[in-house]
Amino acid sequence: MVRVLLNVPRQVRRNEPFDVKLLISHPMESGQRRDAVGLAIPRDIINLLVVTYGNEEVLRMDLFPAIAANPFLAFSMTAVASGTLSITFTDDHGVTQSETATVEVV
Amino acid sequence: MKRLLVLALLLTAAAGDIHSGYDDASPETRAMQDDDSANPGFLWVREGEAQWSGKACAACHGDARVSMRGVAARYPAYDAALNRPITLDQRIAQCRTERQHAEPFTPESDAALGLSAYIGLQSRGMPLQVSTDGPMRPFYETGRTLFNTRMGQLNLSCAQCHDERAGMKLAGAVIPQGHPNGYPEYRLEWQTMGSLTRRIRNCMVGVRAEPFPPDSAEMTALALFLAARAAGLKIETPAVRP
Amino acid sequence: MIARRRFVLTAAAGTVLPVAATASHVQVAVLIRQLVGDAKLAEGRVKLDLPVLVENGNTVGMTVSVDAPPGAVHSLHVYAEANPLPEVCHIRFGPRAGVPRIQTRIRLATSQTVTAIAQMHDGTFWQDSVELLVTLAACID
Ligand code: HEC
Ligand code: HEC
Repeated sequence: MVRVLLNVPRQVRRNEPFDVKLLISHPMESGQRRDAVGLAIPRDIINLLVVTYGNEEVLRMDLFPAIAANPFLAFSMTAVASGTLSITFTDDHGVTQSETATVEVV
Repeated sequence: MKRLLVLALLLTAAAGDIHSGYDDASPETRAMQDDDSANPGFLWVREGEAQWSGKACAACHGDARVSMRGVAARYPAYDAALNRPITLDQRIAQCRTERQHAEPFTPESDAALGLSAYIGLQSRGMPLQVSTDGPMRPFYETGRTLFNTRMGQLNLSCAQCHDERAGMKLAGAVIPQGHPNGYPEYRLEWQTMGSLTRRIRNCMVGVRAEPFPPDSAEMTALALFLAARAAGLKIETPAVRP
Repeated sequence: MIARRRFVLTAAAGTVLPVAATASHVQVAVLIRQLVGDAKLAEGRVKLDLPVLVENGNTVGMTVSVDAPPGAVHSLHVYAEANPLPEVCHIRFGPRAGVPRIQTRIRLATSQTVTAIAQMHDGTFWQDSVELLVTLAACID
């Protein structure tokens, strides 16, 4: 199970940009490394991350092995109504996981 | 009189010079440690929090923010039953197997590092203050001797790097004073979290020495000496280091 | 540095490929050309922030920001020419995007030039590059 830290302000102002910070526990195995006996360690990275708010897409990121282990992303977004922020990411095995947070517009 | 004064000044200067590896790290690495929502160590803290409530630790100890406050600052601590000091990680392992009757943790596993980080966090900002008196004294002396003993093919002691060459560069990296105040910590080099034991093993392998086994008397004595040597330094768990 | 930037531009335009170029250097030029097509690629508006001296190539904090109002930026693209794979990330913004500024952490195999490109909704492309020194490279072998 991959752990996720999603940091979002509980309350935001309508249409005023706010910051979101995201940390995901994942080795982001680059596929370029070899193990102790010299065998190539297969690539295993999160390659896609999609952020949505309600029905709208906020951001879509394609990740490559050059993204560091335990990926970190900070970005800014806006909201016009209270809703649910959802982060969905997919790894090289096609496994998808989501994390959500609720945001209240005041 | 004048001489004594100079000596006293020199001594204060030396004592005041104790500083955390944090101060030797780059501004970027320090910033990563400073922001709890950007510090990757908090991925393990969250894991530890889940372990704490899910693994019955909470059943006996209640709220860790209360019961575990200041605990990490006192370790390694004397265990009367064992007649020797044990590290915080060993204490956690002991509680898990003897009181909770659960399987022992795999060393350096996310579960073990997580609990250690979560408990360590409850002492963040508090000064390290281990006991070196009474029954602890001989173990402290052993640790001090080990710290000053040349080892490995490079024939270097811990002290030769961390006392005599602290602040100088080694293959591009600043040699820190070698304090244990941030463990378990996230090391950029490891790309993950690791224990003090793992860090010491790295240094021993670095001088081409056979590392002390993780739970050996030598490793614990070294950890005790390091903690005493860093007395007064604030705990930074989970720290971030290059 | 300026010469480097110019070179990326020229190569992207598909006219010359310098003899001394590394494979990745050419690769980045090709990737950028695929991205930009026939549009003009200009310096400015986008800013790439990376430490000039990198402590450990395994984890390098990176900020990309664009001098533009929310909603004006279509996407951001980052390339590291001396990594085994030159693509670092592509980020597309949707309608709820806020201030055009992202922060992430990247791996750098060695000292090199990293380039960020911003594609605006008005069809223009902007770029910025940073040449940096890596003291301890990412362990990629
Ligand atoms: C059955 C009850 C019980 C359970 C379950 C238990 N503990 Fe304990 N724990 C104790 C007792 C009793 C002590 C005090 C031992 C002593 O002082 O000698 C203690 C001591 C400790 C200490 C040292 C505190 C200090 O002040 O030095 C730590 C740290 C600790 N436990 C962590 C844990 C963790 C982590 C877990 C879950 C994996 C856990 N314990 C589960 C009963 C328990
Ligand atoms: C050849 C020099 C050298 C020797 C000998 C050496 N170390 Fe280190 N040590 C380093 C360097 C360099 C670092 C920092 C690593 C880095 O930044 O890459 C370090 C880091 C550490 C740290 C981590 C400090 C922090 O802020 O997290 C500890 C603890 C430590 N060493 C303990 C020891 C012990 C104990 C010994 C003896 C068994 C020892 N070292 C021997 C060079 C050395």
